[in-house]
Amino acid sequence: MFKKLLSFTLALTMVFSLTACTAKNATTTGDATTDNAAATEGAATSEGTEETAATATGLFAPVAKEDIKVGVIHIGDPADGAGYSFAHDQGIVAMQQALGLTDDQIIRKNNVSDADAVAIRTAIEECLEEECQIIFGTSWGYMDTMEQLAAEYPEVIFSHCSGYKSNGTNFNNYFGRIYQARYLAGVAAGLKTQSDKIGFVAAMGKDNSEVTGGINAFAMGIESVNPDAKVYVKVTNSWFDPTLEQQAAESLLDMGCDVIGQHADTTAPQLAAEARGVWGCGYNSDMTKDAPAAHLTAPIWNWGTYYTSAVQSVIDGTWTGENYFGGLTEGLVAISPLSDNVAEGTADAINAAEVKILAGFQVFEGNIVDNEGNQICTEGKALTDADITGKMNWYYKNVVVQ
Amino acid sequence: MIINFLFAAIKAGTPLLFGTTGEIMTEKTGHLNLGVEGMMFMGAFMSFFVAYHSDNLVLSLLAAFAIGVFAAFIYAVLTVSFMANQNVTGLTLTIFGTGFAKFFGAMMIDEAGGSPKLSTKFLNAISEKSIPVLGDIPVIGKLLFSHNPLVYLAIVIAILCTVYMLKTRSGLNMRAVGENPGAADAAGINVTLTKYLHIMVGGGICGLGGAYLSLINGGGIWNNSSVVNGQGWISVALVIFASWNPAKAIIGSLVFGAFSVLQFYVPKNIIEIPNAFYVMLPFLITTFVLIVTSMKKSKEGSQPAGCGVNYFREER
Repeated sequence: MFKKLLSFTLALTMVFSLTACTAKNATTTGDATTDNAAATEGAATSEGTEETAATATGLFAPVAKEDIKVGVIHIGDPADGAGYSFAHDQGIVAMQQALGLTDDQIIRKNNVSDADAVAIRTAIEECLEEECQIIFGTSWGYMDTMEQLAAEYPEVIFSHCSGYKSNGTNFNNYFGRIYQARYLAGVAAGLKTQSDKIGFVAAMGKDNSEVTGGINAFAMGIESVNPDAKVYVKVTNSWFDPTLEQQAAESLLDMGCDVIGQHADTTAPQLAAEARGVWGCGYNSDMTKDAPAAHLTAPIWNWGTYYTSAVQSVIDGTWTGENYFGGLTEGLVAISPLSDNVAEGTADAINAAEVKILAGFQVFEGNIVDNEGNQICTEGKALTDADITGKMNWYYKNVVVQ
Repeated sequence: MIINFLFAAIKAGTPLLFGTTGEIMTEKTGHLNLGVEGMMFMGAFMSFFVAYHSDNLVLSLLAAFAIGVFAAFIYAVLTVSFMANQNVTGLTLTIFGTGFAKFFGAMMIDEAGGSPKLSTKFLNAISEKSIPVLGDIPVIGKLLFSHNPLVYLAIVIAILCTVYMLKTRSGLNMRAVGENPGAADAAGINVTLTKYLHIMVGGGICGLGGAYLSLINGGGIWNNSSVVNGQGWISVALVIFASWNPAKAIIGSLVFGAFSVLQFYVPKNIIEIPNAFYVMLPFLITTFVLIVTSMKKSKEGSQPAGCGVNYFREER
């Protein structure tokens, strides 16, 4: 009896959910048609303005500030409160405030896996249905799908973070010289260490240029103020894994390191350093609030700098489709405010280094020897951007992998 | 260096010990609960939530235990009373527990406006402390008497469970139910009650493992993405490694913990092995142990005969 009753209820539920689904489908289709109609209308009007606004220098017609819609595709969830997607979303929020946009002008798509082309396409097409004029994709893996969509929708601008593809018109890429900020953090670490051993928790191994370049710049910053110090690297092989990051940091602390740097998404390495009463340099966001007794300063991103200028250029009609590779000069990267834990004279030393970089010092220039004795760069020369973003597969001479 | 390595191994192995002990209790009563990962996740969230708001270690651990009991209760209702498939129910519990923790975790982050962090007072209460006098003994002092309180709790629970299973009457009843519920029923043991009780206690212990992960491994910060991160699954594998004996699980969790931190302690400049190899090692060892135990064919160290099969009195 009980089984019969149960199966009957289950069957009922299924029938009910079936009707519920159809009803929902019907409404979505309805929405879609109206959306499409609206989209064609929108396109028609923007074409109209294009003819009148012939004076604008950009590739696209200006858009009224009230009409602009911005799409953002996040790989994670900004609600995590720290880390990669959070840093990007802070940039979006800064852009929104700077330009005075309302909340419904920003279309966010969170937790979009960058390994799932269908999910990426769906997320972006949802943004297109909302009539976004510019769509930011924040993860490397969105690159190919964005390239295809940029060809399919030439009237929409696609802006992609950290990749290498672009088409010069409605598809560009943007990234930053975070290594400049890492150099400055290295100065703070080099002045602080007493054991002359500095640990570094790295997400990826030597073959990843972004991580390795960061380690090298950090090591060069350290060397500039403390030639005796060595940098010890432990690799977790994961961008985000608090347990592994904590374990890697603890093994470095066991070796006697007294400053822990990191290219990893969580605060775990800083917390491990704090628990042992030593120091560290975080990444992505100011980790002083998380590890107040340990943290010195962190290389951070101000994505808002790019997002504000990009959206502003769409509003003004000055979008040129150029790639963006900003650094300290543009304010895209920076270090978080120095905490009270830094050694005496750190502020002056960092200021001096910053002035040097702003005056044209390229970090990866001059006599560079790797830790296997190979000559990477010679006096009077500098590495090109392509070398920095794609061929940084060596460790600087004071880096030790043990 | 070796002492540091073993110390890190104990630290990494403790959550596994909780999970394994809990799962052994469940399996010994004849139920394979694949929901360890989910129960750990729920325990991780509840302990952190309570610790964040109350600053009280005991309350926080009780909350983790309680939510583990609750999750296991759902599992018990479905598999013991409604005879649902144990594997499917367990997997569902894993998915449910993960979603539960992430859903409420996101709300907690919203409420705190960023990653919530435990108070310094609470972090001090769970920090590693060396026991006076004993902690000063060279080598052994650091290895055995300088841990955080949860490490001792895990070992005490594992030993208590072993004694309970092997030396008490109700432990004997529980094993009888796990081996042959029909015979146990005929002998006058309340099979349903025994199963409910041990599944729920086992779930509670798994919940404590989650508490360890969020309070100790998380460093006092809640992040929503990867708190448990497969530790629950390793615990299920470890049950086999420990041959259904919580005392052996102490050794087993130490071995697995050692493997998980090994990659950071092997000098890379001397022996260069890809990281993936270290990740693979624990499972390779489990396979090896399985082969050896199946060749030995000992009755004692094998899976309870009734494990995985629902007991339906009328079909006896």
